[in-house]
Amino acid sequence: MPTDTLPNPGTDPEKTPAGSTGELIRLEQVTKRFGSNTVLDHLDFSVDAGKHVTLIGPSGSGKTTILRLLMTLLKPDEGTITVDGQQLFPASDKQVREVRKKIGMVFQQFNLFPNMTVLRNITEAPVTVLGLSKDEAVERAKGLLDMVGLADKCDAHPAQLSGGQQQRVAIARALAMRPQVLLLDEVTSALDPELVAGVLDVLRDIARSTDITMLCVTHEMNFARDISDQVLMFDSGRIIESGPPEKIFSDPELDRTREFLSAVL
Amino acid sequence: MKWDWSAVSGFMPDLWAGLLVTLQILVLGSLISFALGLVWALLMRVPSRWVTWPVGAVTEFVRNTPLLVQLFFLFYVLPEWGVTFSALTTGVFAIGLHYSTYTMQVYRAGIEAVPVGQWEAATALNLPLRRTWIAVILPQAVRRVVPALGNYVISMLKDTPLVMAITVLEMLGRARLYSQEHFQFTEPLTVIGVAFIVISYLASLALRALERRLAH
Repeated sequence: MPTDTLPNPGTDPEKTPAGSTGELIRLEQVTKRFGSNTVLDHLDFSVDAGKHVTLIGPSGSGKTTILRLLMTLLKPDEGTITVDGQQLFPASDKQVREVRKKIGMVFQQFNLFPNMTVLRNITEAPVTVLGLSKDEAVERAKGLLDMVGLADKCDAHPAQLSGGQQQRVAIARALAMRPQVLLLDEVTSALDPELVAGVLDVLRDIARSTDITMLCVTHEMNFARDISDQVLMFDSGRIIESGPPEKIFSDPELDRTREFLSAVL
Repeated sequence: MKWDWSAVSGFMPDLWAGLLVTLQILVLGSLISFALGLVWALLMRVPSRWVTWPVGAVTEFVRNTPLLVQLFFLFYVLPEWGVTFSALTTGVFAIGLHYSTYTMQVYRAGIEAVPVGQWEAATALNLPLRRTWIAVILPQAVRRVVPALGNYVISMLKDTPLVMAITVLEMLGRARLYSQEHFQFTEPLTVIGVAFIVISYLASLALRALERRLAH
């Protein structure tokens, strides 16, 4: 992987040195309700810089909501969210835009811009948000496309690509912003089975070769076991169990976790 | 009744003069309605009732009153307030304004049809709101609505003879004048009927070509 694609160049090395255990994300007493349905219930958790955390649990247990709160697609009803020492909620719009630069997200449905070529999908935000020159952005995009194995698809439109290819472009697009945190929201759930491996290989590669912090909601338990430093088991808006993947997958404490895992594995 | 070819050729110079006016009204009226309709549609999304209420009220009023009344109003009432435009300018503006209240609904539907995931992706990339509209939402929304806008162009074409009421001589006006001078009604009216069909056919071809160009 070219060094150009390594994230975190703009980060103060004192604050989050590569491989450090400094805390990067903190949620305190976060509650989110949709109508009368409490999706997250006074949730506390934190993620250290560079760690890969996988969120597992039955659907509706609040995993995706956490990613959407961190990406500011949702606002919590109560609680505080801090990223890299800066408050993301509550915060002013200006501050939110600043903190959002540190976070990238890949969606279940890819959400590429269909009106743009693959290359422009990736260069649009680096140019308009980070102020890169067009040449710099194109160079960065080409490096990333190379990394995800799609160097020959620069001029294609998303509709001309398979789901797996679209998702790899979406990963490249998120990385082009050089976020400190990458949020992965069921990124293989919408893919045909034969296309899943290609996307997961790219993510394994990123997990191995960068110090980017990853929060991952997935039903791919083998993938979770491979890349995770920590696994959080959710149920009804709470984290009911957490630990290293070896522990959670082989010898969970709770029957609820064991039930869930036997249902999905 | 006998068909008289000499009346057809005699009417031709008048037809060209009228055709030019009809086309001017159609093209300029379309452009105004496309632009103004988009402005209305965007203003209706401003999260403030101080904007959406007046815009909603004005556009509802214009949409639900007859174009003919609006033409008379703009042509006879505005000059009393010291605002005077040529009859043609008044006609173009009235038609453009009237149809903008329809195209705004078309744009609204087009904007709402852009999947919410596109907005979310733009947020995740930290794109500013303005850039999200210009680079992401509007290109997708407009592409979706070209066929519907095209229907209003055809509809507008069929309303152009109304400007006759404010003394603008487009094709029907020319045909009527010629008929009254020569007591030959069949030929001029038939000729402009054919001309209307030809224009709407060419317009629909042009719009289909545009649709294909915008496809991605």
